[in-house]
Amino acid sequence: MKVSLQFIPYAEIAYLSSYQRVKKLISTVSHDKILLIQGRLRPEEETDLIQDAMKKIRKSRRFKGVELATFLPKNKNLGFFKGVREKIASAIFGDRDIFTVVGPATIVKEIKKDPTKLELFLK
Amino acid sequence: MVIKIIPNFITRIFFNLFRKKRKVKLGFYGPPNSGKTTLANRICKDWTGDEMGKASRVPHETREIQEKEEVVIKHKNKELKFKLVDTPGIATKIDYEDFLKFGLSTREAKKRAREATKGVIESIKWLDDMDSVIVVLDSSKNPYSQVNITIVGNLVARKIPVLIVANKTDLRGSNIKKVEAAFPEYDVVGISAKKGKNIEEFYESLFNLVKKSK
Repeated sequence: MKVSLQFIPYAEIAYLSSYQRVKKLISTVSHDKILLIQGRLRPEEETDLIQDAMKKIRKSRRFKGVELATFLPKNKNLGFFKGVREKIASAIFGDRDIFTVVGPATIVKEIKKDPTKLELFLK
Repeated sequence: MVIKIIPNFITRIFFNLFRKKRKVKLGFYGPPNSGKTTLANRICKDWTGDEMGKASRVPHETREIQEKEEVVIKHKNKELKFKLVDTPGIATKIDYEDFLKFGLSTREAKKRAREATKGVIESIKWLDDMDSVIVVLDSSKNPYSQVNITIVGNLVARKIPVLIVANKTDLRGSNIKKVEAAFPEYDVVGISAKKGKNIEEFYESLFNLVKKSK
């Protein structure tokens, strides 16, 4: 079985509106692709994504929803100045150290995570 | 000076009068099968004698918003009036085939799945309407699931006070410490809504929660 993993860099979705961002993700996932997104969605975007997934389940015979997980690598001990610099960079350029995985529920059965790894269980 | 103090004093008295009498809209949120309806039923039964809805071992039993008006709860000489809102469980995926394992026919399973998707959308829409929310989690399951994080994140973004209930403490795999570790910034109370275990502590936490609401 072939599984397609698509990387979406932060720059590709940073300038999209929340509406466009969620539409893009749902549309790509519904083509049986697992997405690895640099950055994270806002809480409201996550609920928009869930609502859009539910609407798509109602319309489509094949689509069953999504599996979603946000991965925050364990904070490194950066020291005060590096820590402040990292925070300023995150505020300007977004949380690029964080990754979000979104996969179609028809392919991804479960996503398990701990501070150092993400495990995708496929169907 | 006196001219300012008197109207302020009167306003404060009137504000407090109405504040004490207001009704708190309390939402029950969480993933499917975490015991939201069982807890809502327990509260209703304790204070009104009726139940709110039907609980079941089949996920997505509650597929429509259930409301119960005028629920007056008394705790330690204090009294609060609530409107309870039991919501369908929030999930990121719904597959009708999962319901077949519970003995439903294909037709029933497809109908349930269709209604469940609508229920999830409704639950999310109602988030903005709540004064306070109880997030009910099954303490025997992994609390780090994205749905739990999404629900709590949305409540925080909307500045709605949250109480996390680690339910099903009567189950062998229950782990309240794990729920507390997953949500260190929030009040977590461990209960068994089904068996009525630790309900007094729950009411104490509920009254503390309402103090934080607008």
